[in-house]
Amino acid sequence: MRSYSNTYIFLFSVIMVVVVAAILSVAAMTLQPMQKKNIEINKKQNILTSINIESTADNAEDLYSKYILENYAVNSKGEIKEGVDAFKIDMKKELAKPLEERSLPVFVSSLEDTKQYIIPVYGKGLWGPIWGYVSLEDDLSTIFGANFAHKGETPGLGAEIETSEFQKQFFGKQIFDDLGKFVSIRILKGGTANPNSKYEVDGVSGGTITSNGVDDMLKDCLSSYEPYFKTLKNNI
Amino acid sequence: MSEEKEPLFSGKNIKLLTEPLNDSNPITVQVLGICSALAITVKVKPAFVMAVSVVFVMAVSNVVISLLRKTVPPRIRIIVQLVVIAAMVILVDQFLKAFLFDISKQLSVFVGLIITNCIIMGRLEAFALSNKPWPAFLDGLGNAAGYGVILIIVAFFREFLGSGTIWGYQVIPEGFYNFGYENNGFMILPPMALIVVGIIIWVQRAKNKKLVESN
Repeated sequence: MRSYSNTYIFLFSVIMVVVVAAILSVAAMTLQPMQKKNIEINKKQNILTSINIESTADNAEDLYSKYILENYAVNSKGEIKEGVDAFKIDMKKELAKPLEERSLPVFVSSLEDTKQYIIPVYGKGLWGPIWGYVSLEDDLSTIFGANFAHKGETPGLGAEIETSEFQKQFFGKQIFDDLGKFVSIRILKGGTANPNSKYEVDGVSGGTITSNGVDDMLKDCLSSYEPYFKTLKNNI
Repeated sequence: MSEEKEPLFSGKNIKLLTEPLNDSNPITVQVLGICSALAITVKVKPAFVMAVSVVFVMAVSNVVISLLRKTVPPRIRIIVQLVVIAAMVILVDQFLKAFLFDISKQLSVFVGLIITNCIIMGRLEAFALSNKPWPAFLDGLGNAAGYGVILIIVAFFREFLGSGTIWGYQVIPEGFYNFGYENNGFMILPPMALIVVGIIIWVQRAKNKKLVESN
């Protein structure tokens, strides 16, 4: 076998790294606009699912502009923040900020002559982030629909939060009790939720940590909207 | 420097392509690349995309390494192989994100993990480094196809028994469910992939006596 000098090895590595880096950067730059578009369409699809509208990647944009009336951001005191594009808000970054500085996005849709308020939620599962959208009816307490997604939960276990069977349980549940106190939705151990309760749903059997993650996520994210819901209710 | 011209599809070359499909199948005979065979075989569609991605990565990396084989310093050859594989995998990942977003979501981290698929590095080290580009290309194609075929067979049974669908289409009639038929939730879990692979190995050895060790 031929032996190689250190200079040769060094040069070989440098050239290889530069060439590979160039190829990858070119590929990443050319494909980036399409990838961004896909992520945007995916987000719109998720928002549409939360108000129970089925969409495909092709018609998501049309349906989105048809049903979603407006979006805006509010602060933790319930005041509308000017000059913020709610669609572009990254929930992960917002949740890292102290409560007072957060911009909380609200999407308003209109279906069957009533308004729905769509609230993005973001939290932790077992293996990575979980997120979703929860839509509320215009009483701001009854859940109209919910959509959850995850990065890498176990298929068949934690990943079940993505299925419509899990998400359908939320329909008609309440996040405020009869006295107007914020109670969120409790996700209990699979099979133990009282079917008559307005505040409980069944978690995923075998996906307890993910289910608890959804529980915490709903509590944390929805509670920060409480002041805004109060002002909204007073205005109606 | 005159070399004998070998026909493109000589018997030896065809063997490179067909042997990994059966006699030296990477999964069932060499038992390589098992980890990804467990992870992404719940449904046929992602398994198919994974198989195609591996075919691409393997064929191209094999050719690239084979072209470079006379210039690669042996001392850093493993790193060079890794860089080539990683570059191809990133290309595939970016491509899927741009054109097949739904599938890239399902495959999630496993596309990235093609880098760690031992079959690819094994073939680069064992074959591409000491052979010409054309045989290396065939060898890559053959081995990746051998891997992909098993992946799709496993996914077929897991999706059929576990979800009652094939390629996302319902194949078990609704009526069966009314009579108390239930999807086997067990098939969705990774351990069942191992058992399915085990059954495939069993069937293959029963048919192919060459593979049975004599002791």
